[in-house]
Amino acid sequence: MNTPSNLKYTKSDEWFDPATGAVGISDYAQSQLSDIVFVEILVDEGEEVTAGKAIASVESVKASSEIYAPAAGKVSAVNKGLSDAPETLNSDPFGAAWMIKIEGGSAGEVMDAAEYEKYCEGRSH
Amino acid sequence: MTYIPISPAERDAMLKTVGVKSLDDLFEAIPAKHRFPDLNLPPALTEMEAGAHLGDMASSNENVREHLISFLGAGAYHHYIPSVVDHILRRGEFYTAYTPYQPEISQGTLQAIFEYQSLMTNLTGMEVSNASHYDGATATAEAVNLAYAQFRGKRKKIVMSPTVHPQYREVIRTYTQAMGLEEVGDDASNHEVTPEAMISLIDESTMLVVVQYPDFFGRIFDYKKLIDAAHEKGALVCVVANPTALLMLKSPGEMGADIVVGEAQPFGIPLWYGGPYLGFFTTKKSYVHKMAGRLVGETVDARGNRSYVLTLTAREQHIKRERATSNICTNQGLLALGCSVYMSVLGKQGLQEVANLCYQKAHYAAAELSKIDGFGLCHVEPFFHEFVLCCPKPASEVNQYLLDNGILGGYDLGKDYPDMQNHLLVAVTEMNSKDEIDSLVEILKEMK
Repeated sequence: MNTPSNLKYTKSDEWFDPATGAVGISDYAQSQLSDIVFVEILVDEGEEVTAGKAIASVESVKASSEIYAPAAGKVSAVNKGLSDAPETLNSDPFGAAWMIKIEGGSAGEVMDAAEYEKYCEGRSH
Repeated sequence: MTYIPISPAERDAMLKTVGVKSLDDLFEAIPAKHRFPDLNLPPALTEMEAGAHLGDMASSNENVREHLISFLGAGAYHHYIPSVVDHILRRGEFYTAYTPYQPEISQGTLQAIFEYQSLMTNLTGMEVSNASHYDGATATAEAVNLAYAQFRGKRKKIVMSPTVHPQYREVIRTYTQAMGLEEVGDDASNHEVTPEAMISLIDESTMLVVVQYPDFFGRIFDYKKLIDAAHEKGALVCVVANPTALLMLKSPGEMGADIVVGEAQPFGIPLWYGGPYLGFFTTKKSYVHKMAGRLVGETVDARGNRSYVLTLTAREQHIKRERATSNICTNQGLLALGCSVYMSVLGKQGLQEVANLCYQKAHYAAAELSKIDGFGLCHVEPFFHEFVLCCPKPASEVNQYLLDNGILGGYDLGKDYPDMQNHLLVAVTEMNSKDEIDSLVEILKEMK
């Protein structure tokens, strides 16, 4: 499992980059979902979001999940190309598969990489 | 389902395994007083007596096969159904209304549904079709759900043509009553509105424009301009279409429609008593994740052979729960199969001949009827197999007079359009012979 140390993580498996404001789903999340076939970003550029608000919807061959904002603030960018290449969420969850960027964001309840790794270990039997 | 016999010894062994003494113990959860409630029924009849009694009651029905000449359409049409359709439907291998979840044991049924989907998309000019809805009305209401989900509830206006089937509009209102939507254009007194005149109703808050093709009065409009105008405002357009008419007309897909739905009853399903029918739903690939219902896809199995499965099921309500577009789950699988058998048996040429016969006979009837004193065609627009006849007295009285003469007349438009009391919607299909049309004309000539 890959957990870049510069990122913050939520209990619902989103990552948040405090430096750029970028948001995505973790390596753990993409591996649990298996092959992702569809992603829809539910917010538009310029929209204000609160931490915990649903910002995207992801469907894999087996499951469907909502992705929640890990921070509050204004949506400054949306990764428009992502819906045409949902498989990027499996292949490059921390890079090309960023979903949105949140500007001036104050992070909600987040963990650092070490805490998140421990949290994930606790969930796998 | 395979038949498995059971002996008393086997039954007892199963009861023992489950841990109960008798079959009755399995129903313990239902209080004894509710198991055999007093139903206050008349004394029991023997099978012979019951058969005779039901036969008597049934014989008081008059039907279009034996008793009545019918010119009634308005959404349900009397067409010829080759007997092979029924024979295939009654085969045990197919005889279920449900779409199969287990591809391992259901390849034949899944392939039949896949064929149905392919044929429907060919017909409508769309890219994907689901495996059906209950009827044309519910399929149309699901188009509203799709549009609502597509705009994530941010657009709330529906522009509705007043010449979409009145019952479909009613079902849409029922479906959407708690969604806080605004419906404009749906004004029964403004039924002569042209598609171009509806353009002004469309704005940036419009999620969906709904029109019918041919419209409820049988008229054929080219909706291209309306559709282009809707797209300019970012709205989607749903065309409710008659499948028989699509065999002859430009497809709604060619006009740019986003969703094409309708009633597939004309394709191999008897009139019955108004149902069960079959709603078809087709759309563009980009909206497939917002589409309700089952979807069969083609894939390859572990050995690389072509096979069929239910596909994109994550968008459906049993996985997506309250976030799904719709709670429609089951469907008219058996009737969809009947529909694909009908299309396959007739073939492209046969289907086009059906459409051509409907068209020619309807135009002959319209020409002859409009020659009768006091009668006339209400509209000048082109039509397919249905048209509005203006009568010298209320349509309800004309219908009663026709019924007394063994003819099921048209649809009384005064029921839905208050200023159309003297207007009869007349449908003609390949089932109406020239003799039948001529006798309709003769009988109306004699009307006092």
